[in-house]
Amino acid sequence: MEGMSNIVKQVAKILTGIIFIYGIYIIVHGHLTPGGGFAGGVILAGAFILLILAYGSSALSLKKEVAGSSNTESIAILLVVILALMALLLGVKVFFSNFLPKGTAGELVSAGVIPLYNIFIGIEVAGAILTIFLALVIFKEESSQ
Amino acid sequence: MSTYILCFVLFLVGLYGVITRRNLIKIAISLSIMEFSVFLILVLIGYVDDGKAPIVNLQATDAVYVDPLPQAMVLTAIVIGLATTAMLMAISIRLYRKYKTFDIREIKNLRG
Amino acid sequence: MEQTISIILGFMIIGALFAIHARDLLSAVVAMGIVGYGLVICFLLLKAPDLAIVQIVVETITLVIMVAVVLDSTREEVRKRADVRTVIHQLVGFITFAGLLYFFLAAIRELDPLGVHSLRMSASYVDGAVDKTGSVNLVTGVLFDFRAYDTLGEAVILYTAALGSLTLLRMKGTK
Repeated sequence: MEGMSNIVKQVAKILTGIIFIYGIYIIVHGHLTPGGGFAGGVILAGAFILLILAYGSSALSLKKEVAGSSNTESIAILLVVILALMALLLGVKVFFSNFLPKGTAGELVSAGVIPLYNIFIGIEVAGAILTIFLALVIFKEESSQ
Repeated sequence: MSTYILCFVLFLVGLYGVITRRNLIKIAISLSIMEFSVFLILVLIGYVDDGKAPIVNLQATDAVYVDPLPQAMVLTAIVIGLATTAMLMAISIRLYRKYKTFDIREIKNLRG
Repeated sequence: MEQTISIILGFMIIGALFAIHARDLLSAVVAMGIVGYGLVICFLLLKAPDLAIVQIVVETITLVIMVAVVLDSTREEVRKRADVRTVIHQLVGFITFAGLLYFFLAAIRELDPLGVHSLRMSASYVDGAVDKTGSVNLVTGVLFDFRAYDTLGEAVILYTAALGSLTLLRMKGTK
């Protein structure tokens, strides 16, 4: 799959950076404004998909890309389970409890363990959607040869 | 009440599409339409007149908020719907490469 | 509010009927976009901004994947001519759907009209949720603190779907 024309490539380069920062903002402020882990994760995946569509799959090395995204999503979901298991040792000894201090509501550093869950679930969702998309692109590349 | 009935009509349109169409892509589209109607009726049940979006304002202590519980359920369900549709698309593109058609009656007849 | 959502639902039903009956597959995929983006407008009118963000991006990604699959094939749907058996099947189908609609009308007789919701079940979640979870966003607090098992299950489903797609779409054998 070839890329698009030169104007599309330059504009996509700028837009992908803005969308990436916006996705990280939605993830990190998930406990204060609408958004959270899932919304920010799909926005991050959308930024990467935009870049792949603009530059074409001939400008990437697809094996390394899909290895990178599937490794990222596996590590992120492993960290979610480890964070949930750590609640068995600290505070109220129940699986999945909210064991970090809660702080004052409305600050950025508050609500215990919820911002950490937001970040890791966001990375996991982005990695999963990117892996699905890259699997389709690799299939179309290999079957058209 | 008319919104609930129209949501159910959308669900029946999707069900009609799943049963009567022979093309795999049309079946996937109809399944997705059925899922959308269920999302809408869940959020419609939880709506309160003159309620605000469920972000608590710490100064106004007696505001009425829209019900957040159906919204949390539908948020999970939307992402699961994406995963289901993506897997159905992977299966159908694989079937097209092998049998050169999307028609399910022909694929059933060809025992390859 | 009820009239606005009824009008948008009317457009969605027309779009869905066109998507099912379209002969060209690419037109059918684009007509599914009507249903998806109409749903975004409905979510914004029903004061659910979280859901609107997720639905608009997920709908765009779904449309991109479907167009990538459809463009690779002959985009026609093969038609059969209508004969007597098809008409009888459609008549039986419509009678069944009328029966289902009657039972649905009997079931929603107990529901309150749109906008009058008594928050019976979620009163115990919403009262004091800011103190118990610490987060100002009620939907995030419910999803990640009170109902965290559901979130874990959904992350596992996405992970399984990604691995399943990688396994299904493998052309060359492993060496």
